[in-house]
Amino acid sequence: MTPVRMIGSAVHGILLAFPTALFPAALVTDIAYLRTAQIQWSNFSAWLIAGGLVFCGLVLAWGLVALLLDWRGDRRRRRLIYPAALALLFVLGLLNAFKHSQDAWSSVGAFGLFLSVLCTLLALVAAALAYGRFLDREVVR
Amino acid sequence: MIRPLACAAALLAVAACGRSDPRLDQTGPQPDLPGIRQTLLPPMRIAKPIGWGDEVPTAPAGYTVSALATDLQIPRQMLVLPNGDILVAEGRGGGAPALRPKDVIAGVIKKKGNTSVDSGNRITLLRDANNDGRPEVRTVFIDDLNAPYGLAFVDGYLYVANQDELVRFPYREGQTRITAAPERVTRLPSQINHHWTKSLTASADGQTLYVGIGSNSNVGERGLNVEEERAVVWAVDRLTGARRTVATGIRNPTALSIEPTTGALWAVVNERDEIGPQLVPDYLTSVREGAFYGWPYSYWGQNVDPRVRPQKPGLVASAVRPDYALGSHVAALGLSFARDGGFGGTFTEGAFVGQHGSWNRQDLAGYKVVWVPFSGGRPSGPPVDFLTGFLTEDGRARGRPVGVAFDPVRRILLVADDLSNTVWRVAPATNATGGSVAAPAR
Repeated sequence: MTPVRMIGSAVHGILLAFPTALFPAALVTDIAYLRTAQIQWSNFSAWLIAGGLVFCGLVLAWGLVALLLDWRGDRRRRRLIYPAALALLFVLGLLNAFKHSQDAWSSVGAFGLFLSVLCTLLALVAAALAYGRFLDREVVR
Repeated sequence: MIRPLACAAALLAVAACGRSDPRLDQTGPQPDLPGIRQTLLPPMRIAKPIGWGDEVPTAPAGYTVSALATDLQIPRQMLVLPNGDILVAEGRGGGAPALRPKDVIAGVIKKKGNTSVDSGNRITLLRDANNDGRPEVRTVFIDDLNAPYGLAFVDGYLYVANQDELVRFPYREGQTRITAAPERVTRLPSQINHHWTKSLTASADGQTLYVGIGSNSNVGERGLNVEEERAVVWAVDRLTGARRTVATGIRNPTALSIEPTTGALWAVVNERDEIGPQLVPDYLTSVREGAFYGWPYSYWGQNVDPRVRPQKPGLVASAVRPDYALGSHVAALGLSFARDGGFGGTFTEGAFVGQHGSWNRQDLAGYKVVWVPFSGGRPSGPPVDFLTGFLTEDGRARGRPVGVAFDPVRRILLVADDLSNTVWRVAPATNATGGSVAAPAR
């Protein structure tokens, strides 16, 4: 690996670490809110989701650029899986951010919990794909 | 490319469901209430401020409208003193901290519909002794207040409801400036101060001061522990400052006034947002002793708001229905009863209600002053537009009405406009010099 690739790989890993941690954390605070009706838990969720969304957007942009730079590479279809997962995570995360902007119990409720579960699963899938190097190494440079 | 497209699609999908049904009648004692409609993004529409230019608000035929004062610093509520001098409370309070990303974003959006002038934190005096609509005297009557809002005058004292305390100043007739230090009557709930305005009026006998204290949230989303003694009306003993809570669950009682034929206390109240463009109607109601008006657990009587947990079915069962709906999201901020025959004709017995205007519906509502006719001390018919023209045809805002004050001696109605920072004077045409529509005095 060249030094540039090593730095790139490190930055990508750091960016991805945020949605990987923040979306599951939001799921935990959502559960805490639904169990206690203490609004501060829901406030935590809202910020965690917003943070996860911002970094998800960055890492998605990264993945798309990496894909475009290496468009002619082989196994193209397989390499689409990672940015596709991130894109889906971003859309669901955005919906979840809107859901968490509703007031009081509606800020989570059953639908908010459902979205948080989906976001958590997708974030973990994206992290597994990238960190586990299941796909083409080029994607995660 | 994918991201912006996905964003736009999601926004459309969640925001497009905010249409109102024009067939619903949401005024009067039995408003039509649709089902709750929560959307991922609340319908939001801010009327872009453009100012009045050479225009003035539109009154019924036979009335003239002119600007009594311009370039104020956020005029809200007004009081006419016994000698006819007009006091205008100016300022903006609040400053509740943002708890969620939503608070930051909604704050930026709502700011676009308001004036950018700094809070006056003062009371301005206007003297128009010859009633020609051009004040001979304009002074800063009291300065260095903390977001003053409610005003009352009883027995030689001016009472001012700042956003954090009720204070009084000794007043001699004819004074144009008070420099005396404020004397505290009682502290008022001011932590967070989501709804910061403290409305004020004196009882018919002058012994009791009523203070309206708004809730600390839309519907309890800051936690219910910050709602102690919020969404209530207090009765404060004028001499001792002792207080008791007259009514609870009354979300944001933005103006209080005594109905002149019965001496009963009435209020205009702003109801909750974000459960649809046509929920919940703001209302005008007599403030009944010991009554619970539902907030936050229910609205318009026993309609449960599912956003509040834990729910309180026992309390909801005791919730009373308000007397008279004014329309959803109209943001009623001003209330003044006609006295001593009012303007005569249609406008003899009833109340003027200033409506600041909506943000939580696509079809703008409010942005006008309406007249609610009364008979025997109770509302007796549908509301009638009294002062309009605050919105342009294409939905931009020239002004936004706040406080209203009927002066029975001069037979004029004063309307504070906190977007153009003007106090408007509405008078029967025969009452004004020249008899024609007066141009704004600028």
